[in-house]
Amino acid sequence: MKKLSARRRHPLAAVVVLLLALAATGGLYAVFAPADKAQADETAQSLAIDEGKKLYAVGCSSCHGTGGQGSSDGPSLVGVGAAAVDFQVGTGRMPLQQQGAQAPKKKVIYNQAQIDQLAAYVASLGAGPNVPTKKQVSPEGADIAKGGELFRTNCAQCHNFTGEGGALTHGKFAPSLEGVSPKHIYEAMQTGPQNMPSFPDTTMPEKSKKDIIAYLDAVNGEKTESPGGLKLGGLGPVSEGLFAWIFGLGALIAVAVWVAARTAKAKKS
Amino acid sequence: MSTENSTSPQAPAAPANDSRKKAPAGERVADWADGRLGIYSLAKANMRKIFPDHWSFMLGEICLYSFIIIILTGVYLTLFFHPSMNEVEYHGSYVPLQGQLMSEAFNSTMHISFDVRGGLLIRQIHHWAALIFLAGMFVHMMRVFFTGAFRKPREVNWLFGFLLFVLGMFTGFTGYSLPDDLLSGTGVRFMQGAILSVPIVGTYLSMFLFGGEFPGGDFVARFYSVHILLLPGIMLGLVVAHLILVFYHKHTQFAGPGKSNKNVVGMPLLPVYMAKAGGFFFLVFGVIAAIAAIASINPIWALGPYRPDQVSTGAQPDWYMGFAEGLIRVMPGWEINIWGHTLVLGVMIPLAVFPLVLVAIAVYPFIESWVTGDKREHHILDRPRNAPTRTGFGVAWITAYMVMLVGGGNDLWATHFHLSLNAITWFVRIFFFVGPVIAFIVTKRICLGLQRRDKEKVLHGRESGIIKRLPHGEFIEVHEPLDSEQLHTLTAHEQYKPLEIGPTVDENGVQRKVKGSQKLRAKLSKSMYGEDSQIPKPTTEEYKEITSGHGHH
Amino acid sequence: MSGQDNPEENLPSAQETEHGSVAVAGHADTDPFADPGLPPHAHRVQDIDEKAARRSERTVALLFTISMLATVGFIASFVAFPVDKSVFIWPIGHISALNFALGMTLGVALFCIGAGAVHWARTLMSDVEVADERHPIEAEPEVKAKVMADFAAGAKESQLGRRKLIRNTMFGALAMVPLSGVVLLRDLGPLPEDKLRHTLWSKGKLLVNMNTNEPLRPSDVQVGSLTFAKPEGLEEHDHDFQTQIAKAALMIVRIQPDNIKDKRELEWSHEGVVAYSKICTHVGCPISLYEQQTHHVLCPCHQSTFDLSDGARVIFGPAGHALPQLRIGVNEEGYLQALGDFEEPVGPAFWERG
Repeated sequence: MKKLSARRRHPLAAVVVLLLALAATGGLYAVFAPADKAQADETAQSLAIDEGKKLYAVGCSSCHGTGGQGSSDGPSLVGVGAAAVDFQVGTGRMPLQQQGAQAPKKKVIYNQAQIDQLAAYVASLGAGPNVPTKKQVSPEGADIAKGGELFRTNCAQCHNFTGEGGALTHGKFAPSLEGVSPKHIYEAMQTGPQNMPSFPDTTMPEKSKKDIIAYLDAVNGEKTESPGGLKLGGLGPVSEGLFAWIFGLGALIAVAVWVAARTAKAKKS
Repeated sequence: MSTENSTSPQAPAAPANDSRKKAPAGERVADWADGRLGIYSLAKANMRKIFPDHWSFMLGEICLYSFIIIILTGVYLTLFFHPSMNEVEYHGSYVPLQGQLMSEAFNSTMHISFDVRGGLLIRQIHHWAALIFLAGMFVHMMRVFFTGAFRKPREVNWLFGFLLFVLGMFTGFTGYSLPDDLLSGTGVRFMQGAILSVPIVGTYLSMFLFGGEFPGGDFVARFYSVHILLLPGIMLGLVVAHLILVFYHKHTQFAGPGKSNKNVVGMPLLPVYMAKAGGFFFLVFGVIAAIAAIASINPIWALGPYRPDQVSTGAQPDWYMGFAEGLIRVMPGWEINIWGHTLVLGVMIPLAVFPLVLVAIAVYPFIESWVTGDKREHHILDRPRNAPTRTGFGVAWITAYMVMLVGGGNDLWATHFHLSLNAITWFVRIFFFVGPVIAFIVTKRICLGLQRRDKEKVLHGRESGIIKRLPHGEFIEVHEPLDSEQLHTLTAHEQYKPLEIGPTVDENGVQRKVKGSQKLRAKLSKSMYGEDSQIPKPTTEEYKEITSGHGHH
Repeated sequence: MSGQDNPEENLPSAQETEHGSVAVAGHADTDPFADPGLPPHAHRVQDIDEKAARRSERTVALLFTISMLATVGFIASFVAFPVDKSVFIWPIGHISALNFALGMTLGVALFCIGAGAVHWARTLMSDVEVADERHPIEAEPEVKAKVMADFAAGAKESQLGRRKLIRNTMFGALAMVPLSGVVLLRDLGPLPEDKLRHTLWSKGKLLVNMNTNEPLRPSDVQVGSLTFAKPEGLEEHDHDFQTQIAKAALMIVRIQPDNIKDKRELEWSHEGVVAYSKICTHVGCPISLYEQQTHHVLCPCHQSTFDLSDGARVIFGPAGHALPQLRIGVNEEGYLQALGDFEEPVGPAFWERG
């Protein structure tokens, strides 16, 4: 205490007091502010919808119709929910570059704020699944093994054992799940983008989705170990067979050529 | 054995018990063995046996050595593997399967892979060696085919080799099914479905093989005894017979100076081939061990345990069954229902075509020898170009095989080359028939072109790349004449004349009856050895005429 | 085979068939294509230069030494690395340290033995090519005659040809005795009977969601969603779970009733909720690659494609008939239930299927 009082008259004392006072005010504001948050959110929400509507008119309405009612070039967006927008636009699938068998993943055009605004607008057209929260998609605390079983029952038939992707009819395909964010995986299960069937909470509860995300993170994440060595694409016997032919038999034939080759003769002088 | 043998050539001619001096220990052991096994007579014939040097003669060794590697590693795996389908909960060290129900077979394979030190390595060596074994047999068989090494007296050995290839496929398939993982279980399910399609007895065969309905609780144990005992036992016998015949016939050789149908030129078994072939075993084992260290194979932990209601896309068998998989995939779904019975043509036809295609290459040697009527022994190999029809047939066969292999992986080609699955299937359906025809024609033309080039070389010499200007201004390329070794090598091959039936009416006007089979034979002979199928090789006269004249180019 | 009109004149000229194998050099004047004989042996560097030979010797010894060191490395790795240790090795990735170390050391140890032996053989052992005579495999006529005579004598002494009764009964006995072996195989499995025709489904069995193990309500199944179900009462721990689920697995989707083209399919559905067998009718893979916009379902094994909005008829691939549909309804409590077993066998076709 003595020390403190001794410094009372220090030239910087006033500045310190001022800073403390400001911090206190800010802290107090922070404590009381949530009381008004709902209202502020609502305003923000309607603002977002307005902004989203503008973005929609420019980027989406040519195919999905001016009011999201759909056209011959694109399905209706009424009732698809914010999750569908966040997935389609957030993975770059929308806006579509050209009509084809299916919309491929590509460079994302909008930033996350714009995507949220678009999502807010589309969600306002009709009730649908919301964008999941961080907690909903986090693999923490999930049952990885159960997720594996669920994955093999519900997902592996199209996306392969560890989510490397696979072929569907007429040029369509189930994409690889490598590097796809948990949020987008969750949204895809929730909404069933394009030809993928949906797995709504009524048949696949939130907990199961989390398990699946956790399983994918374990078997096809950045830190996934492949104890045996090169994964060879995780595609199974076809890539193994090619490897055995090219590098296995190829190396052995190269060795055989060496074994059978004539040794260099001494130059005749 | 080699050490005892190596001392024997220096052994005195007199029997050991007569000699005053005590013979060295090695020799005494050899004497002991000779008195009981007759090893000196055996060694006399074989110790300095000559083997010609060519890399393609070592393809068979790749197969032999990978077979030995498979047996060695397989024995190790049996020490840990439990061939049982009892369901257990997994509590090993691999987290993403904790608490999952699985068969003991799968559980013990997980144990080998994650908890036995070196178990994963041995498993991977076993599986990689199996893939390489089959690939080696395929290439070895093609080498024998394209060089005509299957001709008399080696037809029986050709069949032994063919049987080994077929048995290898089934040994591989049963082994692949043992871990009872989701991928191999799907393969077994396919097999069961295929068995069901067999008319009349299909359901009985299926019930007996699986001990009831699929999957039941028996097939792993049953496949196990087939995989580790029955099939490898037969194969081991065939391998020994195959090798004895190779020794007995002595190896074939390519034409060249000093090499004839009556001799074999090369280096002796002891010491050169002992070192080269013995060393090659270690080289093969070393390469496969390194591959097993670098690349993962059949990661069953990623596939998960088998459940008949689960599946993954990209469900393929190992490569050697890919051909059958292709046939099954591209076949249209024909099914006939008559009188309360179902004929499942969509599965039966591929099931029948599969052995037929394999047998087609196996019987070719017999067809060829019937057409040529050649009963002489052949020890000089053909260059593929000098047998255009045979080479064309072989390439056509490989084309059909490869097209079906593509068909077996149609879903992966679709995703990796951004193609439509259905389009690939249609491509395979058409190309299975068209591809071999195109391959045959193209190959035959290439062979004839190469024959022509050889003839040019013999008659006009080798293009030297030196351009010379003649006094009157014309530029010519100087051709260097070939030396006598090359001349001999390029003209050593034999050429058959096409078979002719002769007049069907004799001089008295009596109709001579020609059997249909003889007509067919004449037709085949013409297509194999007629004008369009070979370029007459240069004659001595042609050569002399050209070289004796102005013959600078 | 049919050697009667074997056209000897069509066989290539007899030049090679005469004995006396290697042609002697010097013939070239008369026949330019004659075999000049084995080329003279050319010496390798190692044959004439002892220094080079020493170098080879050292190389071989070095290779054998590396092999020894690698084996020591193998044993050391076995002891040093825990079985679950992971290591990152570029460009392979995160792999098991033990597997990599053991495999590489074993590979090097083996490869160096082989490389040493081959280098030794190639550079130091004699490389003089030797010709070995071949002898015809066919026996000389005298030998053949002797064998035939011996055989005839033996056959005669046995009296097999004369005593038909012995011959016939012996053949009969030998032909029959393997039957015992065939009969012994009988208990490998039960007879098929009608096992393939029935599944666990029966009237009143609830459709239980595979994900949650809870019975399904129609409202749970949304248009465009995909759900898999098993019959009520079948649990994963049951001893015959695998065999039962192999037939009973169900695939449930909901299609707008207007979009269902097949009348019977609509009748057997509940408000557009349809239940089809998950087992492919081709060879029994669990089919379930459902494209919700086209209502097509693809089999991942052999690409049979079925149209779920049109009675699951086959539209592509090797399957021979449509997927069996399970007739469903709702019980008093509002849960989806089966209204009976499948009316036809599920899975692959078979002879008795009809």
